[in-house]
Amino acid sequence: MSVLVYTEAEAGKLKKVAFEVASYGKAVADQMGTDVIAVTFNATDAASLGTYGVNKVLNISCDTPFDAKIFASGIQAAATQNNATVVVVSSSADSRYLSPLLAVGLSAGYATNVVAVPSNLSPFTVKRSVFTNKAFTHTEINTDIKIVGVSNNAFGLVENPTECAVEDFSPELSPAQVTVESVDKATDKVTIADAEVVVSGGRGLKGPENWHLIEDLAKTLGAATACSKPVSDMGWRPHSEHVGQTGKPVASNLYIAVGVSGAIQHLAGINSSKVKVVINNDPEAPFFKAADYGVVGDAFEVVPQLIEKLKAFKAAV
Amino acid sequence: MKILVCISHVPDTTSKINFVENDTTFDTNGVQYIINPNDEFGLTRAMWFKEKQGAAVDVITVGGAETESTLRKALAIGADAAIRVNTEAVEASQVAKEIVAVIEQNSYDLVIAGRESIDYNGGMVPGMIAAMINSSYVNNCVGLEIEGEKATAIREIDGGKETVSAQLPLVIGGQKGLVEESDLKIPNMRGIMMARKKPLHVIDPAGANQSVINTHYEKPAPKGEVKLVDADNLDQLIELLHNEAKVI
Repeated sequence: MSVLVYTEAEAGKLKKVAFEVASYGKAVADQMGTDVIAVTFNATDAASLGTYGVNKVLNISCDTPFDAKIFASGIQAAATQNNATVVVVSSSADSRYLSPLLAVGLSAGYATNVVAVPSNLSPFTVKRSVFTNKAFTHTEINTDIKIVGVSNNAFGLVENPTECAVEDFSPELSPAQVTVESVDKATDKVTIADAEVVVSGGRGLKGPENWHLIEDLAKTLGAATACSKPVSDMGWRPHSEHVGQTGKPVASNLYIAVGVSGAIQHLAGINSSKVKVVINNDPEAPFFKAADYGVVGDAFEVVPQLIEKLKAFKAAV
Repeated sequence: MKILVCISHVPDTTSKINFVENDTTFDTNGVQYIINPNDEFGLTRAMWFKEKQGAAVDVITVGGAETESTLRKALAIGADAAIRVNTEAVEASQVAKEIVAVIEQNSYDLVIAGRESIDYNGGMVPGMIAAMINSSYVNNCVGLEIEGEKATAIREIDGGKETVSAQLPLVIGGQKGLVEESDLKIPNMRGIMMARKKPLHVIDPAGANQSVINTHYEKPAPKGEVKLVDADNLDQLIELLHNEAKVI
């Protein structure tokens, strides 16, 4: 019996979600009285998982940066070899891509968007968000092996320094069925998925030429930039920045919406963010009902002032 | 080319989400049902393959008779035939197994499902189908072209996208981008009339077992009032974010 966590790495370095699933895995392992084993691919800093309570890391070397089928087969081999009864994955795009394959391979029940540690081990019961964050359900997983997909930023990072052994692991991997032809990715920008802070712009910004406001504010905060659906529909910003029900989900610590009215579809996608700030000149905008903090005012006046004040604040602390 | 589009019958986005029977059951009272938005983007892309490349398009759902209005809408949009597996959809692996039982009888070249449904947000059905039939699989698919036996798909990744190629048969988890919102079709009267005559096959379930059970629901605690900060006093906002919310 053990808890296996799939800790994602990119370009050889573990991602923040890796430390979150490790922290979650440690909490489950403590409930069960067992160890946490991590499986990762091509990580050069795997030993750092010990900080979050991982006892052993299985590091798989793989020529492919990411392939759902290949990676699922490696994680499956790690689960089988270590007799894992709980497998913890993140809610990243890659984890959500491969985990259904893993669930079928392990004949495991799989619950996604899980927001807390199991409330019960027998039957194994987790709380997860449903109806795009408008409700929660308590879900029992009744298979021998359980896969838990932890909602991004729901559990956070919890340090539990532990002696951590890193081993090379070379299971037989499935052949790829899909060939990556090209990748088009901005490497110099914080992604919405990884960001602690997201700054988002809506139609209130009046045109793509005004996006420097959003970008400058984001840069000041080390934030990712995002946009509302109309903005991506009109081609002001790429679709990859669209957050909302049919776009990307956001689960940042801080979400700042500028000139976004707050349509229900938009709010559905950003509800898991911890703190929401809205800046809008229309005090009747629905976003004010969903936000924690609000500023009624003209974005073209408020945002430049806010940037200056934030710079002063950052310089002072 | 034969395409199967998996359709989830889901509450409209604006629906009030409530539960009845001691919070064990979703309250369907007054709820309007729609084709799951991610599925509708896939269905519309399938219509493009039908018009340009002569594809035959079936739609499928797992559910009771109440889901037939949603299937009829898919037929009115242009699907050729509909299949309803006559059992309640309770969880992703059960739904995937029921759909796989149909795929095994019909050999589809392309199976399109939405990347997730907007009700239970599981996001598992397309991947599970692909694993069960051992086909190629692309999730978060925002672009798809097919030439002969070869598919070229665009997958949205964190911070960008990647172009991939695969052999048919292929399963995709589709989303907005497969077609644009403005390309979505509202069924016209002719489509609605024709849909009435198109086949809607009701078949018995294979009887897939259930691996996860939703025992009861709860709603989030009500949110507090927004704290308004004067536009001339942004220092207060920074102070609140730093000391109260502790996010900067």
